[in-house]
Amino acid sequence: MNLAPNLSLPAVEPVIRLENIERSFGAVQALRGISLSLTPGRALALVGESGCGKTTCARIIARMDRPTSGRLSFRGRDATATGTREEERAYRRDVQMVFQDPFSSLNPVFSIDHHLSRPVLLHRHAEGKAGVAEAVSTLLADVGLDPAVTRQKYPHELSGGQRQRVNIARALAVQPRVLVADEPTSMLDVSIRLGILELLARIKRERSLALFYITHDIATAAHVAEEIVVMFAGQMVEWGDTEAVIADARHPYTQLLLSAVPDGARPFIIGESARFLERAEKVRALSRPTSTAVEQVGKNHFVRALAAQN
Amino acid sequence: MSDTLLQIRNLEVDYLLDKGAFRAVKNVSFDIGRGEIFGLAGESGCGKSTIAFAITRLAKSPAWIAGGEILLDGRDLLKLPEGEMQKVRWRRVGMVFQSAMNSLNPLMRVEAQFHDVLHRHTGATRAQSRERAEAMFKLVGIPTGRLSDYPHQFSGGMRQRIVIAICLALQPELIIMDEPTTALDVVVQREILEQVIDLQRSHGFSVLFITHDLHLMAQLCHRIGVMLKGELVEVGEVRQVSGAPAHDYTRRLWNAIPQLPGRPELAGGVA
Repeated sequence: MNLAPNLSLPAVEPVIRLENIERSFGAVQALRGISLSLTPGRALALVGESGCGKTTCARIIARMDRPTSGRLSFRGRDATATGTREEERAYRRDVQMVFQDPFSSLNPVFSIDHHLSRPVLLHRHAEGKAGVAEAVSTLLADVGLDPAVTRQKYPHELSGGQRQRVNIARALAVQPRVLVADEPTSMLDVSIRLGILELLARIKRERSLALFYITHDIATAAHVAEEIVVMFAGQMVEWGDTEAVIADARHPYTQLLLSAVPDGARPFIIGESARFLERAEKVRALSRPTSTAVEQVGKNHFVRALAAQN
Repeated sequence: MSDTLLQIRNLEVDYLLDKGAFRAVKNVSFDIGRGEIFGLAGESGCGKSTIAFAITRLAKSPAWIAGGEILLDGRDLLKLPEGEMQKVRWRRVGMVFQSAMNSLNPLMRVEAQFHDVLHRHTGATRAQSRERAEAMFKLVGIPTGRLSDYPHQFSGGMRQRIVIAICLALQPELIIMDEPTTALDVVVQREILEQVIDLQRSHGFSVLFITHDLHLMAQLCHRIGVMLKGELVEVGEVRQVSGAPAHDYTRRLWNAIPQLPGRPELAGGVA
């Protein structure tokens, strides 16, 4: 158990580190022993099925929820307990979130300009009317929107993809160090998903942001993140460098997940359904019990051993 | 033409807006053979769901079928009186939508929902419905003991399978599946669709499968149609649409979905 599931090599100091985070809702253990770090300029993807605890984990990082036990450190300092007003404010400034639904996360009665000037003013990133206006224009241009056209528009006048860009701009307006993106593309059209993913990858690079990307789609995770954590039933089952995890998946759940990604080159075989269902059920049953044994299978590639079967 | 089940001929659907009519489906024609799985691909707003609603005549105002024919076994569904159409819906043409799992009545046990459908369409008694429901549950791999549960006691994937089971209970000749697994994760999606393929083979129904994911579509369909802005820009065998797409948009659609690294490129590898 003493192989610390350390996600990042200690070359760069992590911004946020979770150590052994547990979260229970009554009898349900939503998170079991989550340990991971977010590093500037790198993306970490958390992948798993609905209900596996991905969003709970994001909420804890964004401070919308508290862990039942475990330690959360922020820039090297323990931030598990609620700090002073000033500390909380600093934390929230540094950790921003982009939500799944681009339609409900903007206020329909305010213009885009209002949505973006408010955080700029609130966090005093610009002064004076001209200063704020310029900051807003820069933000819009940064996320690939034309400031002249977009500023005065209202959310309903934008497409889903444009709204998601505004949401990203709103998060960036605060000048965070960490961006938590919870399924940012799952409600968008196929043809614009890639654009949003590329935008996230670019701002991460340019601004040295730590990106925490949550998804159920392991293929998009591979597209944006250097590191990947596969989660099942509240436990991290396999994690490490994206390439290693995908090319050499060791945990049966990761293998199942990879085999289920649609692949046009491999048609379904008639008569296979019973076998696939049986396999999926078996893997789920095997992966569910709590296991504390972690094996290091590569430089940065870890697998949780299956709990012993009797 | 006994092996063609559904023929869509020059279908045109308008949405009536303040500014006039917006043509959502433009002169679309295609056939679905008996026992064929036909895929309709395209991004949101391209008109693919509008076609699904037009076939079952469930398109609601302001949608308006402006022209064309929808022939089921040679009979034009657009000309049937509403009473006749009600006999076609579910009985001959079943429907499973993206949010179908939320269309189960939360206040009724699943068993009662089976009976509701079976009684209405076939006049089945409670005992007959129960027997049929048990057979359908076995078919989609849910323990029959759970028939007396309420919808909220099932996971999303199971609810979607229940809707498919209710749909199959009437043995329709055509099932329209509009993004049936988009709200589910990939493993559950695979579980459901593998079952659909096997059931299709054993029961011989036809499927109109609508999705934006060409890769998924290529795994289970026999033929694929690609829609762009209301027009059917390409129709062909899976092998042709995936290996040598004729239309530029089809190629773009192939490349729109991030693939796992290391997988062979489809669509001729054109980026």
